[in-house]
Amino acid sequence: MTSPLTSVVLFHLGPVPITEAVVATWVIMAALVAGSILITRSLSLVPSATQAALELVVDTVDGQIRDTMRVEPAPYRAFIGTLFAFIFVANWSTLIPSVEPPTAHLETDAALALLVFVAVIWFGIRAVGVRGYLATFASPNPIMIPLNFIESVTRTFSLLVRLFGNVMSGVFVIGIVLSLAGLLVPIPLMALDLLTGAVQAYIFAILAMVFIAGAVSTEQPTPDTSSQRTPT
Amino acid sequence: MNWLALVSIVSAAVAVSFGAIGPALAEGRAVAAAMDAIARQPESANTISRTLFVGLAMIETMAIYCLVIALLLLFANPLLK
Repeated sequence: MTSPLTSVVLFHLGPVPITEAVVATWVIMAALVAGSILITRSLSLVPSATQAALELVVDTVDGQIRDTMRVEPAPYRAFIGTLFAFIFVANWSTLIPSVEPPTAHLETDAALALLVFVAVIWFGIRAVGVRGYLATFASPNPIMIPLNFIESVTRTFSLLVRLFGNVMSGVFVIGIVLSLAGLLVPIPLMALDLLTGAVQAYIFAILAMVFIAGAVSTEQPTPDTSSQRTPT
Repeated sequence: MNWLALVSIVSAAVAVSFGAIGPALAEGRAVAAAMDAIARQPESANTISRTLFVGLAMIETMAIYCLVIALLLLFANPLLK
């Protein structure tokens, strides 16, 4: 049985080895970009079926950002939506035979978690300035400064290990079951894997939102947001 | 097979098995509490289930950490190289 921590090198581009995960990542990225361009090329007020489907997705992302971060979704829609779409498609790319989801490799997840780590700093500085962002580390009490610094690193690490562990364990378990029993036995596990993949994409996006909201919305204390919120 | 490999395999099994106990109990409690809350206030089921999903993923991460530790012990053990 091959280790889930190693990755298969397909070919070399000069001195750089190109692994399966990188190829899968670029194919997914190309598919997402091409699909978005194709659908948004001819937008109309009376939407076609595909445009309506895309609008539904964008509207859902907007609603989630509004619910979770309590801010206008426009500045965050691109980042959060792309994160969700990429991880979702990557997790479900296991549906295609002989494709291993790129998120089942540590490197892809590390890149995604690093993106969130940088995005928290970027959005935080853009919203409240460098001083304001640094002040969030002393937010309840200056005693908490070292703990807050450690937390901002460890939560990135846990984001990485969470996504990697969930997706990789799904692939790994299916591999084990497939080597033990034959044709149809792993199918329920694959269905469970699809559910886990969707939930993990959602969780990743939600946690990115929560982290960014923590850096963005420190200036205005929000004690009365619950009363402003319309009951659903 | 030397002693280090044997100990690594046993501790990987121990890590997974004991690491699954705590998250299993915690997830059971969390789901039970969410069911209770939804039964009392069905109109806030959306918010509750969203929070529940995030919380469950958080709890599940603990078990996943143990799995990662076990896989590190089995496949990337620095002591066996």
